[in-house]
Amino acid sequence: MLNIKCPYCGDRSQKEFAYGGDGTITRPKLNQEISDEEWDNFVYLRKSPRGKHIELWHHIAGCRQWFKVERDTTTHEIFRTFKPEE
Amino acid sequence: MSQNFRLNTGGLINRDKPIEFKFNGKKYIGYEGDTLASALLANGIHLIGRSFKYHRPRGFFGAGVDEPNAKMQVEINGCSEPNINATEIELVNGLSASSQNCWPSVNFDIGAINNFLNRFFPAGFYYKTFMWPKSFWYRVYEPFIRKAAGLGIASLEKDKERYEHKYEFCDLLVTGSGPAGLASAYAAAKNGAKVILAEDKPRYGGTLLTDDVTIDNLSGKDWSEKIISELKEMPNVIVKNRSQVFGYYDHNMMVMFERTGDHLEKKPKYTPRQRLWYIRAKEVLLSTGSIERPIVFGNNDTPGVFLSAAAKEYMKVYGVLIGKKPIIFTNNDSGYETAIEFKKNGVNPIVLDTREDQNSELINEAKDLDIKIKFSYAVIVAHGYKKVKSATIGKLNKEKIDFENTEQIDCDSICVSGFWTPTVHLASQSGNKLKFNDSIDAFVPDKSKQNEHSLGAANGTFTLQDTLKNSFNTGLEVSKSITKKEEKIQIPNTNERKYSAHDKFWCSPLPKGKNYKRFVDFQNDVAVSDIEVALREGYRSIEHVKRYTTLGMATDQGRTSNLNGLQLVANVEKKIVPQVGHTTFRPPFTPVTIGTIVGREIGKEYMPTRKTPMHHWHEKNNAVWVDAGAWKRPRYYKRGNENLFEASKREAKNVRDHVGVCDVTTLGKIDIKGPDAAEFLNRVYTNAWLKLPVGKARYGVMLREDGIVMDDGTTTRISENHYHMTTTTAQAANVLSHLEYYLQIVWPELNVNVVSTTEQWAGAAIAGPKSRDLLAKLFPKIDVSNEALPFMGYVEGDLFGVKARIFRISFSGELAYEINVESDFGLFMWEKIIDIGEEFNIQPYGTEALSTLRIEMGHVAGPELDGRTIPYDVSLEGLVSKKKDFIGKRSLAKEAFNKADRQKIVGLVPLDRKSSIPEGSHLVENKNAKLPNPKLGHVSSSCWSVENNNPFSLAILKDGKNMIGKKLFAVSPLKNTSIEVEVMSSHYVDHEGKRVRS
Ligand SMILES: [Zn+2]
Repeated sequence: MLNIKCPYCGDRSQKEFAYGGDGTITRPKLNQEISDEEWDNFVYLRKSPRGKHIELWHHIAGCRQWFKVERDTTTHEIFRTFKPEE
Repeated sequence: MSQNFRLNTGGLINRDKPIEFKFNGKKYIGYEGDTLASALLANGIHLIGRSFKYHRPRGFFGAGVDEPNAKMQVEINGCSEPNINATEIELVNGLSASSQNCWPSVNFDIGAINNFLNRFFPAGFYYKTFMWPKSFWYRVYEPFIRKAAGLGIASLEKDKERYEHKYEFCDLLVTGSGPAGLASAYAAAKNGAKVILAEDKPRYGGTLLTDDVTIDNLSGKDWSEKIISELKEMPNVIVKNRSQVFGYYDHNMMVMFERTGDHLEKKPKYTPRQRLWYIRAKEVLLSTGSIERPIVFGNNDTPGVFLSAAAKEYMKVYGVLIGKKPIIFTNNDSGYETAIEFKKNGVNPIVLDTREDQNSELINEAKDLDIKIKFSYAVIVAHGYKKVKSATIGKLNKEKIDFENTEQIDCDSICVSGFWTPTVHLASQSGNKLKFNDSIDAFVPDKSKQNEHSLGAANGTFTLQDTLKNSFNTGLEVSKSITKKEEKIQIPNTNERKYSAHDKFWCSPLPKGKNYKRFVDFQNDVAVSDIEVALREGYRSIEHVKRYTTLGMATDQGRTSNLNGLQLVANVEKKIVPQVGHTTFRPPFTPVTIGTIVGREIGKEYMPTRKTPMHHWHEKNNAVWVDAGAWKRPRYYKRGNENLFEASKREAKNVRDHVGVCDVTTLGKIDIKGPDAAEFLNRVYTNAWLKLPVGKARYGVMLREDGIVMDDGTTTRISENHYHMTTTTAQAANVLSHLEYYLQIVWPELNVNVVSTTEQWAGAAIAGPKSRDLLAKLFPKIDVSNEALPFMGYVEGDLFGVKARIFRISFSGELAYEINVESDFGLFMWEKIIDIGEEFNIQPYGTEALSTLRIEMGHVAGPELDGRTIPYDVSLEGLVSKKKDFIGKRSLAKEAFNKADRQKIVGLVPLDRKSSIPEGSHLVENKNAKLPNPKLGHVSSSCWSVENNNPFSLAILKDGKNMIGKKLFAVSPLKNTSIEVEVMSSHYVDHEGKRVRS
């Protein structure tokens, strides 16, 4: 069970969080002209890197804030956690 | 029966407290402080079970977690449990144990014929024997394997015991209270760290209880007692015995299994039987010690063969002799400690040492005590079926691959010592790649991947002096970085005997022409020959050899078999052990009861139960419940002998004819505030939201980015910057997370806040032609006319002194209102509605009637919004704005979503107007078509239309738009039905939606 440091609340058990997927994805702007391919990339395609990866997590049983976690997907080592605007 | 093998003095048991227990139906006496194993041995009982595969007689081999054989069915306080390790369970009054894997009795076991058929049970026999023919599997093989697989019998009774979970945090978790654990815990605790010290056994001290050493002129036992009592006094220390740390998980999450109840004769009412600890430790110190390695020889599984350290532990801790005529068979000095202990207790052992004669403190001491020693000797084979009676021994030749001469000597036990294997399971679980240490022929921890250190014997350090020095230092060093203190402790003086080098001898060769079974893994019955077969058949990877032979896969995790197995593979393959590698260690280190893992989360505590404020009213009025997530909702209110069908029909009909009331508290409610709230809703919902006036509600649909409908509901503008959103009961949590995601991650520039208010408001829907009359009586001061409070209108009112929100919205398709009050007044509101509604023939209705009403109106719900439908599919395309962008809009432009024959919701009525169509039925053109019959769609929701008095269903049908009027078959292979149906509009009642606006 991971130990995740919520940037707002501090160290908490994984039990309090929900995983939110790839944290490197940017949603296309509203009303943006976009090809089918680009849109599909955004909706469906995710890399599943081995090693360092930035993920989104949601402190669902805590402050209910979404934030980012830089984590090694093989060792589960967490390098840093940060607010989305950082 | 008297305890013939109990020494007159000595041991740590309480001789003033005899304890009566039963084994295989017979009564025996032991003492308080005994294990079941030591008490049986005191009574001279060695034959305790039959082996797994060959049903060979088996006896005790170890004295703790190292024990591979002594798995028993144990009954305490009427609770029967299989596979209990007799060396680990403490004796209590009334304990009753019996042998497993034998029939009809341990003395006469029919399965033992397997032993004589053993050429039919080679390595991989499960894979080979039961492959063919296929038809034999259920009738012949499976019953055979089930019976033969034996082991214990799980109780069919409900477990009445209480189990608990506990969470703890500490600076240092120390696993094991031997010298390394005591020293490191003490040093860290003195330096101010918060320490948890966990000991698996009832007694603290580990090897200090059995080794002949002194620390600061105290015996090992006295020193450990002194340290423990000091630790117990310290407020920053938790000391736990009977507690096995069995799992090492991510980020130093350690899981510990504490046996809190079974050793108590009278367990206090709320004391759990066992407790599971989740411990998050900043640092973990692994002082798990080491386990003695057996030496492999012929019939080495005969009862009476022991690990030498176990024999010593039985004497020193329990005052029990495992034999009166023992052979000590050793390749190192440890065997001599056991021999000396025997001698001190008046028994004359004979030592067979595989090494040549040499000088060492222990050997010399043994010689001085006149202990008979034969150097360069080994046991070839043990004789005796149910108990060792004699042994053939031999003088090893120079290369130690054959014998120069052999002889048979009488004995009643054989104590083997093949040197020591560090217990590296937890270190390995932590991600530490082990390395092979040549000087001890075993794996030891390498670089740490998490915050852990292995100390003492667990790290391959076998002298007390080095262990204490390293452990005191590590305890200090590790705590220093946490507490920022540096309180040094004087490292004590020690006195111990020096060991001479051990011998790498691990397996007695077979004399020519002999093929004695030589076991490597006792619990899974894996012999040398089995592993040789696996290798001959081409298995190379140790992981494959393990699975093929089941070596090391038993509940003892190969604690006594792993290294000898690796050594054998290395020898055959002409490799060295590190090249063979080791198999993966996985939690749990020792078996853990399912009850402990489950803890208190059982039955109704399995998950929280959410009850609305009106719950008890429903209960009193014969509600039959249905689970909606964690919520309990009335499915229907039973009157007399009604069944579900009759009751829901009555309730639904009453809504259509008069007025009904439904508890809708469980709907998700989200409060939305902020200057950008309208803009936010406009992006979240598919329809337009910028122009919704204050005091009005609107129905909205939200999509996922992939264009699929996520949820629907109404949102009301309470004031300029304040909205009240409702979601379906099922999607409430997901919708909130979804909104938070967009506000926090995607559009943080929007000034909007959202919060769940589901539990803050109680809701009641009043529906039916009489609902306006009822509302007028509930709120006499409010103008409830159609003009003043039109469909989708909102007004705040005073319900007999309680502030209420009134929404004119409808799920039933009838004239309807929803009233919300603060939860505390929910029951008050409900009772007022029922009281005043009486004159209008009001009846409460449950979810079943609610479904009927919405289905015949063609309103979609969960079964239609099933994560596969876009707005068009469920006829909500009218709510999709062409002008503005919103979440998921771009996906709706995709080709597949715009095909002319796209699936669409339709209504279905059976041609016979009688047969109910099972939900989940497939729609096909021809019911007799060849399989696979092309599927055109499926039935999503079914009801009995109370309006038309016949069955009606909703379905998602390919090209549904153009199928109206067609006849199809709804087939359900599960229900074995095939019903001819007519396709029609999904709006079966009130096509134009007049009623809701009336
Ligand atoms: Zn937080």
